[in-house]
Amino acid sequence: MTDLITADLVLLDLQADDKDDATRQLVQRLAAVGRATDAEGFLADVRKREEQMATGLPGGIGIPHARSSYITAPTLGFARSTDGVDFGAEDGPATLIFLIAAPESGGDDHLKILASLARKLMRAEFKDSLRSAATEQDIVDIVNREVVTP
Amino acid sequence: MKLVAVTSCPTGIAHTYMAAEALEIAARAAGHEIRVETQGAAGSNPIDPEYLATADAAIFAADVEVRDRERFAHLPTIAVGVKKAISDSPALIAAAIQKAQSAPAGSPAAAAAASLATKVEQNASVGVRIRQWLMTGVSYMIPFVAAGGIMIALSFMIGGYKIVDVPLTEVVRHFHVFSKNDWAALLFQTGAASFAFLVPILAGFIAYAIADRPGLVPGIVGGSLAATIGAGFLGGIAAGFIGGFTALYISRVKVGKGLRGVMPVVVIPLLSTFVTGLAMLVVIGRPIKAAADGLSHWLNSLTGTNLILLGVILGLMMAFDLGGPVNKVAYTFATTGLAAAGTASASGPNLKIMAAVMAAGMTPPLGMALATTIRKNLFTEPELENGRAAWLLGASFISEGAIPFAAGDPLRVIPSSMVGSAVTGALVMAFGNTLRAPHGGIWVTPLIGKPLLYVLAIIVGTVVTAACVVALKGLRKTNRAAAPSGVAESVAA
Repeated sequence: MTDLITADLVLLDLQADDKDDATRQLVQRLAAVGRATDAEGFLADVRKREEQMATGLPGGIGIPHARSSYITAPTLGFARSTDGVDFGAEDGPATLIFLIAAPESGGDDHLKILASLARKLMRAEFKDSLRSAATEQDIVDIVNREVVTP
Repeated sequence: MKLVAVTSCPTGIAHTYMAAEALEIAARAAGHEIRVETQGAAGSNPIDPEYLATADAAIFAADVEVRDRERFAHLPTIAVGVKKAISDSPALIAAAIQKAQSAPAGSPAAAAAASLATKVEQNASVGVRIRQWLMTGVSYMIPFVAAGGIMIALSFMIGGYKIVDVPLTEVVRHFHVFSKNDWAALLFQTGAASFAFLVPILAGFIAYAIADRPGLVPGIVGGSLAATIGAGFLGGIAAGFIGGFTALYISRVKVGKGLRGVMPVVVIPLLSTFVTGLAMLVVIGRPIKAAADGLSHWLNSLTGTNLILLGVILGLMMAFDLGGPVNKVAYTFATTGLAAAGTASASGPNLKIMAAVMAAGMTPPLGMALATTIRKNLFTEPELENGRAAWLLGASFISEGAIPFAAGDPLRVIPSSMVGSAVTGALVMAFGNTLRAPHGGIWVTPLIGKPLLYVLAIIVGTVVTAACVVALKGLRKTNRAAAPSGVAESVAA
């Protein structure tokens, strides 16, 4: 099974105007490594999800996400922003942004990886370690270590 | 407290699981137990029905419709959007706990949750759980015993023992407000209707304790069949277990999306009830009929034996299943003799047999009533309630008054009842008491020969039964104290 995240999918110093811009930058990374077959198509799916309900969460977290037919394998795109990007959370902008992409079809197994990732997002120590990671590869290592593969 | 929660969100890949994690962390931090069903894209993980049955409150953190919501109907519920669970799960847990505690005790939700909560523990040993399943059935049956039994006793008191011969249609057609007899007949028919539910309700709620809601239909129908084939409360217990485990098994089968919708309303009730019916009629019904016929034949061949020995045998039979097939054989043997005796001499053996059978049928409820009076700590709260009614039921020869005790703890109560009834049966024969009525208890005293000695025989049997059951139950209690892990319990049960 392909890795959930690679160093190419990590943006340690994101500069973005708004959440749409932040999401677009991450989606372009996914498209660049072949995880998304159509960047615009997938971006539309994420926007549609975002319109239903903003994905900003307390503690500076944004989790734009979608299940989409343009996605080839379960993938995590990660961005860190010093100034923060408004994802609609009540307590302020998101400084950690997780773009979660799931294929439309496929077995339960890869969805379980994403479920495990989602549970980790509630863990303070997981978020803290992502905040203090020095390199892109550190982020990849943390995710691979913490997110249990079924 | 035990909580359950369902989380769901439109995409089913992120919020569902984050909310589940947040609720689990918050519940653990607050010292509560929780199980979360994540209805997400990776399929759902249904909460164990047995855990669900004992839960105190439910939390729905869901942005899409909760699937199979009716499973939670018995619980006080908090429903919020999925984000609320992620952003403020400790407050949600606190709100659910408060809701569980403030749920009015009389509401159906609280009643179901509370009474089951004390009875079925997920992690208990097999023996403990069997007893918890039985006690769940018993606790729902007791009101039927009390209501029906007291009405029947009152009908004897007011209308005499012949009140049972007034048909129901007569009550409907000719009820007269100023007729004492009509009131008595009304009481008897209503009481008898309530008694018809004893075995179905017992079986239904044993199955309910095992399989939750899906158990009710096969349990109740199986219990009704047990009553129809004359299998008594022991047959009802069998029906409860068969129905419960069939429903549990079928409801755990994983089916495709298309079938899932019709599972709870069509497939599970249909299949589980059919299997239970088949088992009750073919597997259990036939041997019971054969055994009853054999017993009846054997009893009739005993004519001419020592009357005291016959008294012992009849006593044992009367107390064995309290209205079940063995009891019926003994009772029918006596009433057939009574009919044959007609107006023959007052000391004929047939009248003695009738006297022994009635006395032996009175001591089981009386003995249990006495036991609950002298040793309250050996009984559950519903049993103590039933013990109070059992005095009147026993005095009126309504043996069913002992069924709740026997069904809840058959291995200790049935032998105790049998010993006491055997003693009483033998004493009645030895004293030479006679009886010219087929039932009625103390309300037919004028038809009893040597009534004072008759009462003495009943008192002795009552004391013997009470002493036996107190000793046996006390034994278990000390065992349990010595082995707190419940090992003694599981071996004994």
